[in-house]
Amino acid sequence: MAQIFHRSTNFIARFSVFSFIFIMGFAVLAVLQAARSPYMTRQNITREQPVQFSHKHHVGDDGIDCRYCHTSVEISAVAGIPPTKTCMNCHSVLFSNAGYLDPVRESYRTDTSIEWVKVHRLADFVYFNHSIHVNKGVGCTTCHGPIDQMPLVFQASTLLMQWCVDCHRNPAPNLRSMDKVFAMDWKPGADQEELGEKFMKERKIRTAAELTSCSTCHR
Amino acid sequence: MISRSRFLLVGCAAAALLSSAGCRYLHQDMADQPKNRPLSPSDFFPDGRSERPPVENTVARGAPADDDLFAPKDSNAFPLPVNQELLERGEERYKIFCSPCHGLQGDGNGTIAMRGMKRPPTYHQDRLRQAPNGYFYDNITNGFGAMYGYSAQIPPRDRWAIIAYVRALQLSRNAKVADLPTALRQKLGQAGFTKPGSEPKPETSTTKESTGGRN
Repeated sequence: MAQIFHRSTNFIARFSVFSFIFIMGFAVLAVLQAARSPYMTRQNITREQPVQFSHKHHVGDDGIDCRYCHTSVEISAVAGIPPTKTCMNCHSVLFSNAGYLDPVRESYRTDTSIEWVKVHRLADFVYFNHSIHVNKGVGCTTCHGPIDQMPLVFQASTLLMQWCVDCHRNPAPNLRSMDKVFAMDWKPGADQEELGEKFMKERKIRTAAELTSCSTCHR
Repeated sequence: MISRSRFLLVGCAAAALLSSAGCRYLHQDMADQPKNRPLSPSDFFPDGRSERPPVENTVARGAPADDDLFAPKDSNAFPLPVNQELLERGEERYKIFCSPCHGLQGDGNGTIAMRGMKRPPTYHQDRLRQAPNGYFYDNITNGFGAMYGYSAQIPPRDRWAIIAYVRALQLSRNAKVADLPTALRQKLGQAGFTKPGSEPKPETSTTKESTGGRN
Protein backbone atom coordinates (compact mmCIF):
# COMPACT_ATOMS: atom_id res chain seq x y z
CA MET A 1 0.00 0.00 0.00
CA ALA A 2 1.35 3.41 -1.01
CA GLN A 3 2.15 5.97 1.61
CA ILE A 4 -0.56 8.58 2.04
CA PHE A 5 1.65 11.22 3.66
CA HIS A 6 5.03 12.39 2.51
CA ARG A 7 7.97 12.11 4.94
CA SER A 8 8.01 15.88 5.39
CA THR A 9 4.63 15.77 7.13
CA ASN A 10 6.39 14.14 10.07
CA PHE A 11 7.70 17.58 10.91
CA ILE A 12 4.23 19.10 10.79
CA ALA A 13 2.95 16.39 13.10
CA ARG A 14 5.75 16.92 15.63
CA PHE A 15 5.46 20.68 15.37
CA SER A 16 1.72 20.67 15.93
CA VAL A 17 2.10 18.51 19.07
CA PHE A 18 4.69 20.94 20.37
CA SER A 19 2.80 24.08 19.43
CA PHE A 20 -0.44 22.75 20.91
CA ILE A 21 0.81 23.77 24.35
CA PHE A 22 1.32 27.33 23.13
CA ILE A 23 -1.98 27.44 21.30
CA MET A 24 -3.79 26.38 24.48
CA GLY A 25 -1.80 28.91 26.44
CA PHE A 26 -2.80 31.68 24.05
CA ALA A 27 -6.42 30.55 24.17
CA VAL A 28 -6.47 30.85 27.96
CA LEU A 29 -4.79 34.26 27.75
CA ALA A 30 -7.29 35.39 25.14
CA VAL A 31 -10.20 34.44 27.39
CA LEU A 32 -8.63 36.26 30.35
CA GLN A 33 -7.97 39.36 28.24
CA ALA A 34 -11.47 39.26 26.79
CA ALA A 35 -12.92 39.33 30.29
CA ARG A 36 -10.98 42.53 30.98
CA SER A 37 -11.74 44.17 27.66
CA PRO A 38 -14.12 47.12 27.35
CA TYR A 39 -16.43 44.72 25.49
CA MET A 40 -17.02 42.87 28.75
CA THR A 41 -16.50 45.66 31.32
CA ARG A 42 -18.47 48.16 29.19
CA GLN A 43 -15.79 50.73 29.83
CA ASN A 44 -15.95 53.86 27.62
CA ILE A 45 -19.25 52.80 26.04
CA THR A 46 -22.06 55.35 26.18
CA ARG A 47 -25.58 54.04 26.74
CA GLU A 48 -28.72 55.22 25.02
CA GLN A 49 -30.93 56.89 27.61
CA PRO A 50 -34.66 57.61 27.44
CA VAL A 51 -33.79 61.32 27.60
CA GLN A 52 -30.52 62.62 26.19
CA PHE A 53 -29.45 64.07 29.52
CA SER A 54 -26.11 65.83 29.23
CA HIS A 55 -23.91 66.03 32.29
CA LYS A 56 -21.61 68.24 30.23
CA HIS A 57 -24.35 70.83 29.98
CA HIS A 58 -25.63 70.67 33.55
CA VAL A 59 -22.31 70.26 35.34
CA GLY A 60 -19.78 71.72 32.92
CA ASP A 61 -21.73 74.64 31.45
CA ASP A 62 -24.20 75.44 34.24
CA GLY A 63 -21.94 74.58 37.17
CA ILE A 64 -24.59 72.71 39.12
CA ASP A 65 -23.15 70.74 42.03
CA CYS A 66 -23.40 66.91 41.92
CA ARG A 67 -25.43 66.96 45.13
CA TYR A 68 -28.20 69.13 43.69
CA CYS A 69 -29.54 65.96 42.04
CA HIS A 70 -27.65 63.11 43.71
CA THR A 71 -28.82 64.22 47.14
CA SER A 72 -28.10 61.06 49.09
CA VAL A 73 -24.47 60.59 48.05
CA GLU A 74 -23.13 61.87 51.40
CA ILE A 75 -25.46 59.94 53.67
CA SER A 76 -26.26 56.70 51.88
CA ALA A 77 -24.81 53.78 49.96
CA VAL A 78 -26.39 55.00 46.74
CA ALA A 79 -25.93 58.44 45.24
CA GLY A 80 -29.54 58.38 44.11
CA ILE A 81 -31.19 59.14 40.79
CA PRO A 82 -33.24 62.32 41.22
CA PRO A 83 -37.02 62.14 41.02
CA THR A 84 -38.57 63.82 37.99
CA LYS A 85 -39.55 66.73 40.20
CA THR A 86 -35.88 67.72 40.46
CA CYS A 87 -35.80 68.08 36.66
CA MET A 88 -38.96 70.16 36.79
CA ASN A 89 -37.39 72.59 39.31
CA CYS A 90 -35.88 74.25 36.24
CA HIS A 91 -37.58 72.62 33.29
CA SER A 92 -41.06 73.75 34.25
CA VAL A 93 -39.80 77.02 32.77
CA LEU A 94 -36.67 76.24 30.74
CA PHE A 95 -37.10 74.24 27.49
CA SER A 96 -40.71 73.76 28.52
CA ASN A 97 -41.80 73.08 24.96
CA ALA A 98 -38.71 71.20 23.73
CA GLY A 99 -39.69 67.89 22.19
CA TYR A 100 -36.83 65.91 23.66
CA LEU A 101 -38.06 66.67 27.17
CA ASP A 102 -41.46 65.11 26.45
CA PRO A 103 -40.61 61.97 28.45
CA VAL A 104 -39.76 64.16 31.47
CA ARG A 105 -43.04 66.05 31.39
CA GLU A 106 -44.93 62.82 30.70
CA SER A 107 -43.28 61.24 33.73
CA TYR A 108 -44.15 64.21 35.94
CA ARG A 109 -47.74 64.36 34.72
CA THR A 110 -48.49 60.66 35.08
CA ASP A 111 -46.25 59.91 38.10
CA THR A 112 -44.35 57.17 36.28
CA SER A 113 -40.62 56.60 36.45
CA ILE A 114 -38.24 57.56 33.70
CA GLU A 115 -36.36 54.32 33.08
CA TRP A 116 -32.78 55.53 33.05
CA VAL A 117 -30.21 52.99 31.94
CA LYS A 118 -27.72 52.17 34.66
CA VAL A 119 -24.17 52.90 33.53
CA HIS A 120 -22.07 51.97 36.55
CA ARG A 121 -23.28 48.54 37.45
CA LEU A 122 -21.42 46.51 40.06
CA ALA A 123 -21.93 42.81 40.55
CA ASP A 124 -24.66 41.95 43.07
CA PHE A 125 -22.11 40.46 45.47
CA VAL A 126 -20.36 43.83 45.87
CA TYR A 127 -21.67 46.16 48.56
CA PHE A 128 -20.32 49.51 47.49
CA ASN A 129 -21.12 52.52 49.65
CA HIS A 130 -20.86 56.05 48.24
CA SER A 131 -21.08 57.87 51.57
CA ILE A 132 -17.96 56.35 53.12
CA HIS A 133 -15.86 57.16 50.06
CA VAL A 134 -17.12 60.73 49.78
CA ASN A 135 -16.81 61.40 53.51
CA LYS A 136 -13.23 60.13 53.62
CA GLY A 137 -12.23 62.41 50.76
CA VAL A 138 -12.36 60.31 47.59
CA GLY A 139 -13.73 62.63 44.92
CA CYS A 140 -16.41 61.91 42.32
CA THR A 141 -14.09 62.19 39.34
CA THR A 142 -11.61 59.71 40.80
CA CYS A 143 -14.00 56.89 39.87
CA HIS A 144 -16.46 58.51 37.48
CA GLY A 145 -13.96 60.43 35.36
CA PRO A 146 -14.52 63.89 33.90
CA ILE A 147 -18.31 63.86 34.18
CA ASP A 148 -18.44 67.56 33.34
CA GLN A 149 -17.18 66.75 29.86
CA MET A 150 -19.54 63.87 29.10
CA PRO A 151 -22.57 64.68 26.94
CA LEU A 152 -23.73 61.12 27.59
CA VAL A 153 -22.26 59.36 30.59
CA PHE A 154 -19.98 56.43 30.07
CA GLN A 155 -18.08 54.32 32.54
CA ALA A 156 -14.62 55.82 32.78
CA SER A 157 -13.14 53.05 34.92
CA THR A 158 -13.05 49.32 34.39
CA LEU A 159 -14.90 48.62 37.68
CA LEU A 160 -12.91 45.40 37.85
CA MET A 161 -12.02 44.12 41.30
CA GLN A 162 -8.38 44.74 40.52
CA TRP A 163 -9.20 48.41 40.00
CA CYS A 164 -11.00 48.62 43.37
CA VAL A 165 -8.21 46.84 45.19
CA ASP A 166 -5.50 49.02 43.63
CA CYS A 167 -6.91 51.95 45.58
CA HIS A 168 -7.83 49.97 48.69
CA ARG A 169 -4.19 48.90 49.01
CA ASN A 170 -3.02 52.51 48.90
CA PRO A 171 -5.76 55.15 49.05
CA ALA A 172 -3.45 58.09 49.86
CA PRO A 173 -2.91 59.32 46.26
CA ASN A 174 -6.67 59.69 45.78
CA LEU A 175 -7.51 61.56 48.98
CA ARG A 176 -8.50 65.20 48.56
CA SER A 177 -9.10 68.02 50.97
CA MET A 178 -12.77 67.88 51.94
CA ASP A 179 -13.78 71.01 50.01
CA LYS A 180 -12.49 69.50 46.76
CA VAL A 181 -14.37 66.20 46.85
CA PHE A 182 -17.06 67.41 44.45
CA ALA A 183 -14.72 69.53 42.36
CA MET A 184 -14.45 68.52 38.71
CA ASP A 185 -11.00 70.00 38.11
CA TRP A 186 -9.04 68.45 40.99
CA LYS A 187 -5.59 67.17 40.16
CA PRO A 188 -3.08 65.89 42.70
CA GLY A 189 -0.55 68.58 43.48
CA ALA A 190 3.18 68.16 44.04
CA ASP A 191 2.56 67.70 47.78
CA GLN A 192 -0.07 64.99 47.32
CA GLU A 193 2.13 62.29 48.84
CA GLU A 194 2.54 64.28 52.03
CA LEU A 195 -1.12 65.43 52.08
CA GLY A 196 -2.36 61.90 51.44
CA GLU A 197 -0.49 60.57 54.44
CA LYS A 198 -1.85 63.42 56.57
CA PHE A 199 -5.44 62.74 55.46
CA MET A 200 -4.97 59.02 56.13
CA LYS A 201 -4.18 59.80 59.77
CA GLU A 202 -6.67 62.64 60.23
CA ARG A 203 -9.60 60.71 58.81
CA LYS A 204 -8.60 57.48 60.55
CA ILE A 205 -8.55 55.50 57.32
CA ARG A 206 -8.08 51.80 57.98
CA THR A 207 -4.98 49.82 57.17
CA ALA A 208 -4.49 48.17 53.78
CA ALA A 209 -5.05 44.79 55.46
CA GLU A 210 -8.48 45.87 56.69
CA LEU A 211 -9.41 47.64 53.47
CA THR A 212 -8.54 44.60 51.38
CA SER A 213 -10.25 42.12 53.67
CA CYS A 214 -12.93 40.15 51.75
CA SER A 215 -15.79 41.24 53.96
CA THR A 216 -15.04 44.93 53.44
CA CYS A 217 -16.80 44.68 50.08
CA HIS A 218 -18.37 41.20 50.00
CA ARG A 219 -20.91 40.38 52.68
CA MET B 1 -9.73 7.90 6.79
CA ILE B 2 -11.20 6.78 10.07
CA SER B 3 -8.35 8.36 12.00
CA ARG B 4 -8.86 11.64 10.14
CA SER B 5 -12.55 11.96 10.99
CA ARG B 6 -11.83 10.96 14.57
CA PHE B 7 -9.21 13.68 14.74
CA LEU B 8 -11.76 16.19 13.49
CA LEU B 9 -14.28 14.98 16.06
CA VAL B 10 -11.81 15.31 18.92
CA GLY B 11 -10.80 18.75 17.64
CA CYS B 12 -14.39 19.93 17.55
CA ALA B 13 -15.05 18.56 21.03
CA ALA B 14 -11.95 20.32 22.36
CA ALA B 15 -12.99 23.61 20.73
CA ALA B 16 -16.52 23.32 22.12
CA LEU B 17 -15.20 22.54 25.59
CA LEU B 18 -12.83 25.48 25.46
CA SER B 19 -15.46 27.96 24.30
CA SER B 20 -18.00 26.78 26.83
CA ALA B 21 -15.38 26.99 29.55
CA GLY B 22 -14.66 30.54 28.34
CA CYS B 23 -18.32 31.49 28.51
CA ARG B 24 -18.66 30.04 31.97
CA TYR B 25 -15.72 32.14 33.00
CA LEU B 26 -17.17 35.27 31.45
CA HIS B 27 -20.66 34.79 32.76
CA GLN B 28 -20.99 35.00 36.51
CA ASP B 29 -24.31 33.89 37.93
CA MET B 30 -23.77 35.45 41.33
CA ALA B 31 -23.28 38.85 39.74
CA ASP B 32 -26.90 38.93 38.74
CA GLN B 33 -28.92 37.76 41.71
CA PRO B 34 -32.71 37.68 41.76
CA LYS B 35 -33.01 40.49 44.29
CA ASN B 36 -33.86 44.16 44.25
CA ARG B 37 -31.26 46.82 44.73
CA PRO B 38 -32.06 50.51 45.23
CA LEU B 39 -34.04 51.95 42.30
CA SER B 40 -33.97 48.66 40.37
CA PRO B 41 -37.05 47.94 38.26
CA SER B 42 -39.51 45.25 39.25
CA ASP B 43 -42.16 43.48 37.24
CA PHE B 44 -43.93 42.41 40.42
CA PHE B 45 -45.61 45.75 41.09
CA PRO B 46 -47.89 47.41 38.54
CA ASP B 47 -45.91 50.68 38.53
CA GLY B 48 -42.68 48.85 37.71
CA ARG B 49 -40.81 50.13 40.78
CA SER B 50 -39.20 47.86 43.33
CA GLU B 51 -39.19 50.69 45.84
CA ARG B 52 -42.58 51.17 47.42
CA PRO B 53 -44.01 54.54 48.31
CA PRO B 54 -44.84 54.77 52.02
CA VAL B 55 -48.46 54.31 53.01
CA GLU B 56 -50.35 57.59 53.15
CA ASN B 57 -49.89 59.59 56.35
CA THR B 58 -46.78 57.62 57.27
CA VAL B 59 -44.48 59.43 59.68
CA ALA B 60 -40.82 58.54 59.24
CA ARG B 61 -38.90 57.39 62.29
CA GLY B 62 -37.12 60.32 63.82
CA ALA B 63 -39.24 62.78 61.87
CA PRO B 64 -41.20 64.13 64.89
CA ALA B 65 -37.88 65.56 66.08
CA ASP B 66 -38.01 67.79 63.01
CA ASP B 67 -41.20 69.34 64.37
CA ASP B 68 -39.04 71.32 66.77
CA LEU B 69 -37.43 72.88 63.74
CA PHE B 70 -40.72 73.99 62.22
CA ALA B 71 -41.49 77.67 62.24
CA PRO B 72 -44.68 79.34 61.03
CA LYS B 73 -44.45 81.77 58.14
CA ASP B 74 -44.72 84.90 60.28
CA SER B 75 -42.41 83.81 63.09
CA ASN B 76 -38.97 85.31 63.40
CA ALA B 77 -37.76 82.56 65.75
CA PHE B 78 -34.56 80.69 64.94
CA PRO B 79 -34.68 77.20 66.49
CA LEU B 80 -30.95 76.41 66.29
CA PRO B 81 -27.90 78.00 67.87
CA VAL B 82 -26.15 80.07 65.22
CA ASN B 83 -22.44 79.39 65.17
CA GLN B 84 -19.59 79.13 62.70
CA GLU B 85 -20.33 75.47 62.03
CA LEU B 86 -23.95 76.18 61.07
CA LEU B 87 -22.93 79.08 58.86
CA GLU B 88 -20.35 76.98 57.03
CA ARG B 89 -22.89 74.22 56.51
CA GLY B 90 -25.31 76.87 55.28
CA GLU B 91 -22.76 78.27 52.85
CA GLU B 92 -22.10 74.80 51.41
CA ARG B 93 -25.80 73.95 51.08
CA TYR B 94 -26.59 77.40 49.67
CA LYS B 95 -23.98 76.92 46.95
CA ILE B 96 -25.41 73.51 46.06
CA PHE B 97 -29.12 74.19 46.05
CA CYS B 98 -29.70 77.95 45.87
CA SER B 99 -26.82 79.52 43.96
CA PRO B 100 -27.83 78.11 40.54
CA CYS B 101 -30.68 80.66 40.50
CA HIS B 102 -30.10 83.07 43.40
CA GLY B 103 -26.42 83.55 42.55
CA LEU B 104 -23.42 83.13 44.81
CA GLN B 105 -24.02 86.53 46.40
CA GLY B 106 -27.80 86.41 46.58
CA ASP B 107 -28.44 88.93 43.81
CA GLY B 108 -30.60 86.56 41.81
CA ASN B 109 -28.12 86.32 38.95
CA GLY B 110 -27.22 82.63 39.07
CA THR B 111 -26.40 80.70 35.89
CA ILE B 112 -29.87 79.18 35.63
CA ALA B 113 -31.51 82.58 36.03
CA MET B 114 -29.20 83.79 33.25
CA ARG B 115 -30.42 80.97 31.04
CA GLY B 116 -33.98 82.18 31.16
CA MET B 117 -35.38 80.88 34.41
CA LYS B 118 -37.60 83.43 36.10
CA ARG B 119 -35.11 85.72 37.80
CA PRO B 120 -35.49 85.53 41.58
CA PRO B 121 -35.52 88.76 43.59
CA THR B 122 -32.30 89.84 45.22
CA TYR B 123 -31.95 89.23 48.94
CA HIS B 124 -30.46 92.70 49.30
CA GLN B 125 -33.72 94.59 49.43
CA ASP B 126 -35.66 95.89 52.38
CA ARG B 127 -38.66 93.61 51.90
CA LEU B 128 -36.50 90.50 52.30
CA ARG B 129 -34.21 92.02 54.95
CA GLN B 130 -37.28 92.53 57.08
CA ALA B 131 -39.00 89.25 56.21
CA PRO B 132 -39.14 86.92 59.23
CA ASN B 133 -37.06 83.74 59.31
CA GLY B 134 -40.22 81.64 59.08
CA TYR B 135 -40.96 83.24 55.71
CA PHE B 136 -37.71 81.85 54.29
CA TYR B 137 -38.32 78.49 55.94
CA ASP B 138 -41.76 78.29 54.38
CA ASN B 139 -40.47 79.21 50.94
CA ILE B 140 -37.67 76.64 51.00
CA THR B 141 -40.10 73.96 52.20
CA ASN B 142 -43.11 74.69 50.01
CA GLY B 143 -41.69 76.76 47.18
CA PHE B 144 -42.59 80.24 46.03
CA GLY B 145 -43.59 81.48 42.58
CA ALA B 146 -41.60 79.62 39.94
CA MET B 147 -39.51 77.91 42.62
CA TYR B 148 -40.66 74.43 43.56
CA GLY B 149 -40.44 73.29 47.17
CA TYR B 150 -37.11 71.85 48.28
CA SER B 151 -38.37 69.77 51.18
CA ALA B 152 -37.31 66.55 49.43
CA GLN B 153 -33.79 67.79 48.74
CA ILE B 154 -32.98 69.80 51.87
CA PRO B 155 -33.68 68.41 55.36
CA PRO B 156 -35.01 70.89 58.00
CA ARG B 157 -31.66 71.42 59.74
CA ASP B 158 -29.99 72.37 56.48
CA ARG B 159 -32.86 74.73 55.65
CA TRP B 160 -32.07 76.67 58.81
CA ALA B 161 -28.36 76.59 58.00
CA ILE B 162 -29.18 78.12 54.62
CA ILE B 163 -31.37 80.78 56.23
CA ALA B 164 -28.51 81.69 58.57
CA TYR B 165 -26.19 82.02 55.58
CA VAL B 166 -28.71 84.13 53.64
CA ARG B 167 -28.92 86.42 56.68
CA ALA B 168 -25.11 86.63 56.64
CA LEU B 169 -25.20 87.52 52.94
CA GLN B 170 -27.73 90.25 53.65
CA LEU B 171 -25.65 91.60 56.49
CA SER B 172 -22.55 91.63 54.29
CA ARG B 173 -23.99 94.53 52.29
CA ASN B 174 -25.90 96.29 55.01
CA ALA B 175 -23.63 96.34 58.04
CA LYS B 176 -22.72 99.38 60.08
CA VAL B 177 -19.02 100.04 60.48
CA ALA B 178 -19.70 100.39 64.19
CA ASP B 179 -20.70 96.70 64.27
CA LEU B 180 -17.23 95.56 63.21
CA PRO B 181 -14.71 94.36 65.78
CA THR B 182 -12.22 97.04 66.76
CA ALA B 183 -9.30 95.45 64.92
CA LEU B 184 -11.20 95.31 61.64
CA ARG B 185 -12.53 98.84 62.11
CA GLN B 186 -9.01 100.18 62.53
CA LYS B 187 -7.88 98.30 59.44
CA LEU B 188 -10.71 99.89 57.51
CA GLY B 189 -9.76 103.32 58.79
CA GLN B 190 -6.10 102.82 57.86
CA ALA B 191 -7.08 101.81 54.36
CA GLY B 192 -8.81 105.18 54.13
CA PHE B 193 -12.21 103.85 53.14
CA THR B 194 -14.24 105.45 55.85
CA LYS B 195 -13.97 107.03 59.26
CA PRO B 196 -14.53 104.63 62.17
CA GLY B 197 -18.12 104.75 63.34
CA SER B 198 -19.58 106.31 60.21
CA GLU B 199 -22.54 104.85 58.35
CA PRO B 200 -22.15 103.07 55.03
CA LYS B 201 -23.84 104.58 52.01
CA PRO B 202 -27.38 103.15 51.74
CA GLU B 203 -28.02 101.15 48.60
CA THR B 204 -30.11 103.16 46.19
CA SER B 205 -31.45 100.47 43.91
CA THR B 206 -32.78 97.18 45.25
CA THR B 207 -32.19 95.35 41.98
CA LYS B 208 -28.63 96.55 41.61
CA GLU B 209 -26.58 93.84 40.04
CA SER B 210 -23.31 92.68 41.39
CA THR B 211 -20.45 92.83 38.98
CA GLY B 212 -18.78 90.00 40.81
CA GLY B 213 -20.76 87.14 39.34
CA ARG B 214 -19.68 83.58 39.84
CA ASN B 215 -16.11 82.75 40.55
